[in-house]
Amino acid sequence: MAVHAIRSGRQRQRSTPSVFSQMRGRITPRGGWLPYLMIFPTLLLILVIAVYPMLDSLWISLLNNPLLSHPVFVGLRNYSQVLEDSVFQQAFKITLIFTAASVALETLFGLGIALLINQTFPGRGLVRAAILVPWAFPTVISAQMWLLMYSDQTGIVTSILQGLHLLAPGDTLIASTSGVIIAALITDVWKTTPFIALLLLAGLQVISAELYEAASVDGATRWQRFTRITLPLLKRSLFIALLFRLLDSIRVFDLFTVFGQRTVPSMASYANFTMFASTVEDFAPGVAAAVIVFLCGLIISVLVAGIMNADTIGYHRR
Amino acid sequence: MSIQESATQHGMDRRGFFRRNEHGRWGRSGTPVDEQRWSAGAIARYVAVVVVVFIALAPLYWTLITSLKTGVELNASPPTLFPHAFDMSNYLNVFASSFFLPTLRNSVIIATLTTLFALLFGTLCAYAIARMDFVGKSVLLGIVLSVNMFPFIAMIGPLFVLFTGTFYIYNSYLALIIPDLVLTLPLTIWFLTSFFRDLPPDLEESARVDGASRLRTLWSIVIPLTAPGVFAAAILSFIAVWNDFLFGLSLTSDERAQPVTVGITRFNSEHVVAYGELAAAAIVVTIPLVLLVLLFQRRIVSGLTAGAVKG
Repeated sequence: MAVHAIRSGRQRQRSTPSVFSQMRGRITPRGGWLPYLMIFPTLLLILVIAVYPMLDSLWISLLNNPLLSHPVFVGLRNYSQVLEDSVFQQAFKITLIFTAASVALETLFGLGIALLINQTFPGRGLVRAAILVPWAFPTVISAQMWLLMYSDQTGIVTSILQGLHLLAPGDTLIASTSGVIIAALITDVWKTTPFIALLLLAGLQVISAELYEAASVDGATRWQRFTRITLPLLKRSLFIALLFRLLDSIRVFDLFTVFGQRTVPSMASYANFTMFASTVEDFAPGVAAAVIVFLCGLIISVLVAGIMNADTIGYHRR
Repeated sequence: MSIQESATQHGMDRRGFFRRNEHGRWGRSGTPVDEQRWSAGAIARYVAVVVVVFIALAPLYWTLITSLKTGVELNASPPTLFPHAFDMSNYLNVFASSFFLPTLRNSVIIATLTTLFALLFGTLCAYAIARMDFVGKSVLLGIVLSVNMFPFIAMIGPLFVLFTGTFYIYNSYLALIIPDLVLTLPLTIWFLTSFFRDLPPDLEESARVDGASRLRTLWSIVIPLTAPGVFAAAILSFIAVWNDFLFGLSLTSDERAQPVTVGITRFNSEHVVAYGELAAAAIVVTIPLVLLVLLFQRRIVSGLTAGAVKG
């Protein structure tokens, strides 16, 4: 079939006068069957391995135990079990606090670093390389590395906090719920700010230097140049970064698996623990918790996309 | 206006050289910075640079010295900032452990194979999106993009049921390569599409006029010309697979297929944490990534930000 498609494409090319195809400027728009064949493997994988499990999880979250050969439909029972579980309620709160705080801090620091390395100065390449290092590390390994610093035995962070009397002697940061959230926040900000910074840097670099020069000639202060030129032109990159980070934070898993373990989970790590580390009967409630994470992500995307659209429409009207 | 400022406006840089900026016009590039070398702004900037570089690298340094400390020094309070003696026994223990090398090997195999498949499927799909017309292109692009932002935890349950039941591939390389492909294909397609679109179409047109088929053109003209982009996509895909933890934790059970991100957590069991070994293992796993980043910094940055600006 592939060979046939290629051959027919070639014949069509020959029968079309070459002048004509050049007059059209671009490559002939009709591709026949070939483009469909080219996208087929990707489409198949995404449908079978991402879309189907997504929909299937909606279904199996309504069963008593999908691992049985004849599972029974139980309606929303798994959801009520999860929503009534105080550990999940806590995980929900933890995840929301973590998401709000991490996105705010990372956007702020990311913008700062982007503005910093958008200037030309010796050593700029060094900064860029240095901030790429945390980005490349596996999140779970970063968590282990920070765990070394948070621990009671080898931890420099613990030792500093105890020295400042922020922690009682013998206490560690990850011993309390709020401490685990702070520990996860520090690690996430350390690891993910570079990504935001690079995304925003790319946005900054397409802003024409002439705009700034013209503003300087007109006597604009640094702050005015920032709020009147940089921020409005950076809005698109900021929105994209914000959407990426919000959706990434709401599904946070690795950090809380390492720092919080079973006692201070995020929604995703709660779902995973419930699915695999509890009794077999808890598999379906675990899937229900995972579906709730998905729904939260969906709500966030709709909200952010709505704000983004409203903003662009407002911009065009102006 | 100082002399320096007026010189800048006429396209002279700090050392007095004339330069073309990125728009091809004479003038400075980038945003204006303070022209005084040691003004308060410049000092603040260098302080910020030092702080950023320090924070970025401090955990790596701490892990490195922890991995080199002896058992006695590990328990010292307060912790020492520089090891008294370099001790390699943590590394020897890590490599002697029954699970570290096998899981490291698994990660290398899984990341390499997944990257190859992602490049193959991703190149075909990205070229079709960039250069060919077909029904449902924008829908496909939308699906590909949103898959990247899926909460993967919601795929785990059904995949576990599928992989332990109908298709028994639980705890095999395939059980990770297939979901990892879904993790990396969106990235790969997104970057490659933007690189393919940037290529001037003239060369492809002349190849086609000479009678080369679409796939032939793709293979002998487009891929060689966009090799840096393809390479960036490969690195990013490799890193994304190497960093996976969720799939590895849920879809494999022992060192026959477990990736190293899961293997390493065994040094940190609920009862005893082997800090020295944990640190040594973390260093071994992250050194290849540090090297990749330092060697291919520019390409990684261009890949990461492709499409984010142009859209």
